[in-house]
Amino acid sequence: MGARLSRDDVAHVAGLARLAVTDEELDRFTEQLAAVLDHAADVEALDIADVPPTAHPLPLVNVLRDDVVTPCLDRDEVLAQAPAIEAGMFRVPRILGEAP
Amino acid sequence: MTTPATATAVALAASVRAGERSAVEVVEEHLARIAARESELHAFNHLMAGDARAAAARVDERVAAGEGLPLAGVPVALKDNLCTRGVPTTCSSRILEGWRPPYDATVVSRLQRAGAVVVGKTNLDEFAMGSSTENSAFGPTRNPHDPSRVPGGSSGGSAAAVAAGFASLALGSDTGGSIRQPAALCGVVGMKPTYGGVSRYGLIAFASSLDQVGPFASTVEDAAVLLEAIGGHDPRDSTSIPGGLPGVVDGLAAGVEGVRVGVARELIDGCDTDVRARVDAAAAALADAGAKVEDASLPSAVHGLSAYYLIAPAEASSNLARYDGVRYGLRVDGDDITEMYTRTRAAGFGAEVKRRIMLGTYALSAGYYDAYYGQAQRVRTLIIRDFERAYESFDVLLGATAPTVAFPFGAKSENPLSMYLSDVFTIPSNLAGHPAISVPYGTGADELPVGVQVLAPALGEPVLFRVAAALERSLT
Repeated sequence: MGARLSRDDVAHVAGLARLAVTDEELDRFTEQLAAVLDHAADVEALDIADVPPTAHPLPLVNVLRDDVVTPCLDRDEVLAQAPAIEAGMFRVPRILGEAP
Repeated sequence: MTTPATATAVALAASVRAGERSAVEVVEEHLARIAARESELHAFNHLMAGDARAAAARVDERVAAGEGLPLAGVPVALKDNLCTRGVPTTCSSRILEGWRPPYDATVVSRLQRAGAVVVGKTNLDEFAMGSSTENSAFGPTRNPHDPSRVPGGSSGGSAAAVAAGFASLALGSDTGGSIRQPAALCGVVGMKPTYGGVSRYGLIAFASSLDQVGPFASTVEDAAVLLEAIGGHDPRDSTSIPGGLPGVVDGLAAGVEGVRVGVARELIDGCDTDVRARVDAAAAALADAGAKVEDASLPSAVHGLSAYYLIAPAEASSNLARYDGVRYGLRVDGDDITEMYTRTRAAGFGAEVKRRIMLGTYALSAGYYDAYYGQAQRVRTLIIRDFERAYESFDVLLGATAPTVAFPFGAKSENPLSMYLSDVFTIPSNLAGHPAISVPYGTGADELPVGVQVLAPALGEPVLFRVAAALERSLT
């Protein structure tokens, strides 16, 4: 079993998951997530490298519909649910940094 | 608590079809029951009284026009992670508060087609992550049998709604036991169908290789009728089984003579003695009814809980990436898009959802992927192999649904791992994609309901329901 989950690991993961976390949350989540991962040590320790993984319970592959035009959601109805729109599109804050 | 005197869904639909009662009358009776007790129980996030009255009036018109509706005028409650066009759908999360979906889930359309009347959207643990409804952003649901205790979860609102007589039927979703566990704790029937048997189009995703929509009802027959109404192939769901599910209603009375029942050790070990006594009673009743009952074992199932709490969060971390403040739901502004994302998600998600997103992200991250997620997927294969071996000797397996009766509020909410253990007996069926049902089977400690669980192989719904019906008959 690897080293126990650290506070820095949790901070890193929160960044990857795009979650802002407070110092208090970092302490609490570190303790709680480490406890869950300790419980998962039984799975980590199994010698089952030769067992194929199961990602999904059904053997279905490449389920495709016919390539024909069908009705889709109404654009105005969809956009009406968005926090901000402009000219028929979703409006978002600045994506790129300021020009140097 | 005394169960409210209410006709079964089958009887209600028959009386509406025969013109003995109107759908409007039936829905008013249920709305009155809701008005009397909803403020105490909080089964609903959103009550749809006006829509329900209008829908009932339309059902009466369709009945008058001669339509043979299988669920004519039957009041149904929907878990609030099923999309309803123009009606708020929140997943009990601040991040979706106020969102009105632009389309109906397939199961909702099918219910309406069958003549059912939707009365409201029921409370759940946020994004179906939990086993008590305490993780709802809008406050917990209370157990109708004892309001100081949880109803179970995550579909706690749907289970409570049926137990309290607010709705004759309800739909939930089951990713690791979220239909069966609350059904057991609330004393109603709850069933998880074979993976792919019921459309998930319009079910808001939690863990896509595990999620299934399924029925709650007060009787096994009602659950069977509801399953037939919602099941079947849906071209809008790429995980829908092409041939659909086999019929279940016709075989309900066939009995269990010669049916091979395996009492699975791993689906009992560690449960409370009062729960164990009811599983033993159920096994004895099936033997009395002619079934061949023997001990069975699923040795790898002991690793199921750990595997599930790696796989489900991993899938959730991916599915919940879509809540980014761009297209719908909450947005908290920031100076750039990353700050907007992180603030929106921090404000919109509750603690358990954040824990699972981080756990899943960690299990999928570089350096840990194989040790956690990869290992969990291999355990999943082992559990499937265990089931295959068991079903060479048995038609169904029997066990407990939950290790305990309904527990008090706060008993497990401070310790996530202790809460996760509530799902230990229900998780293996989700990992395998198999059907399973919880049937109320008497009471345990403090006169609270106990559910016993019947499991069957994929597409084994007919024998599953036959055994469940035999268990129900054995109590009368």
